Amino acid sequence: MLTKEQIAQRISKEVKDRYYVNLGIGIPTLVANYVPQDISVEFQSENGVLGMGPFPYEGEEDPDLINAGKQTITTLPGASFFDSAFSFGMIRSKKVDLTILGAMEVSENGDIANWKIPGKMVKGMGGAMDLVASAENIIVAMMHVNKAGESKILKKCTLPLTGVGCVKKVVTELAVMDVTPKGFKLLERAPGVSVEDIIKATEAELIIEGDIPEMQF
Amino acid sequence: MIDKRVKNAKEAIQGITDGMTLIVGGFGLSGIPENSIAELVASNISGLTCISNNAGVDDFGLGLLLQKKQIKKMIASYVGENAEFERQMLSGELEVELTPQGTLAEKCRAAQHGIPAFYTPAGYGTEVAEGKETKEFNGKMHILEYAYEADFSIVKAWKGDHAGNLIFRGTARNFNAPMAGAGKITIAEVEELVEPGELDPNQIHIPGIMVQRIFQGEKFEKRIEQRTTRKREA
Repeated sequence: MLTKEQIAQRISKEVKDRYYVNLGIGIPTLVANYVPQDISVEFQSENGVLGMGPFPYEGEEDPDLINAGKQTITTLPGASFFDSAFSFGMIRSKKVDLTILGAMEVSENGDIANWKIPGKMVKGMGGAMDLVASAENIIVAMMHVNKAGESKILKKCTLPLTGVGCVKKVVTELAVMDVTPKGFKLLERAPGVSVEDIIKATEAELIIEGDIPEMQF
Repeated sequence: MIDKRVKNAKEAIQGITDGMTLIVGGFGLSGIPENSIAELVASNISGLTCISNNAGVDDFGLGLLLQKKQIKKMIASYVGENAEFERQMLSGELEVELTPQGTLAEKCRAAQHGIPAFYTPAGYGTEVAEGKETKEFNGKMHILEYAYEADFSIVKAWKGDHAGNLIFRGTARNFNAPMAGAGKITIAEVEELVEPGELDPNQIHIPGIMVQRIFQGEKFEKRIEQRTTRKREA
């Protein structure tokens, strides 16, 4: 079973040279820590920055310099600032190559739910609806089951949707899956996790072809 | 040069009355017009509709207006940091319209640019699209969203001059830029108000025509919501 850091590490392998990447709050933010040094990548944060760098050193935090998770950040050489309307302009016009975000549920046709539990929790969709509606390459980083042990990888989402038919790949503590026109296709399993374990933790049907390799880091 | 200066926040918010709609800049607590908000809190004006990406935190930003129940309706994209907001929303005391962030920004920008409505794919197939017109473009479904109509916009900039020209700093530009000029009257509070001619016209982010009132804020706390740092290597 993967830790959150390992989920991020596995997703970092999907980040390619010359990609502009938008990272959501939580596990996706950690992906930046694992991107190989030998490729050129720029991180976009939808509150208006491209070329985001690591967190600042203590004492160098700047209230005018935050990411979409409201965390203090730094910028790297070549960075730029822009306003919120412009930021979503570049997202809608597909200039951002890869979007990585978290989810409460994902369904086998690529629907995603991550912004509301009716009557219980309403945090808002933030920029997630805009991102998933426009991005072509969307990877979801999430836990396979909820705290009650119920699968979050579903035939059909039960929570209010954030977007429809948009998720391309899901990485959880147990598995890597592609969302195909026929449903979830199991690609890799976490070290020490069997295909049976994954099937048991998954409400949706899984397409399983041949031997499923263990993830490589 | 048309002089847009007003003395202070108190003079700037003149004309804001009960039941009005305000567009308020900032993202989280970054770039919020904190002096104008403090003045609104002191004014006891109520029944407000506020359009802002977030609703502050419990004890700062628009959260202060929520605490005093001065806001009747909140239009925002993300309210996760504000427990009082969530409580008022779930109990039904506060009317809430959650709007995708890019749509919220564009509804401001549309108002700023005199465009009555636009199509966006954001929210199609979700409850955000309920009751809205839809249309297919290039094989993809979009929903029709309308420009905001608001009485006032209140924005915060780093520097400004007497003519109302504004320059922002870092990610504090955020919603402040598309919100300037979106309301019928725009109030800009700045950290530094300078003489005309001191700002390089090449560097202006928002031209003064979008701003009707400008003042230098008395005090900026510029609170940080999530202070994240890394250790210096030894």
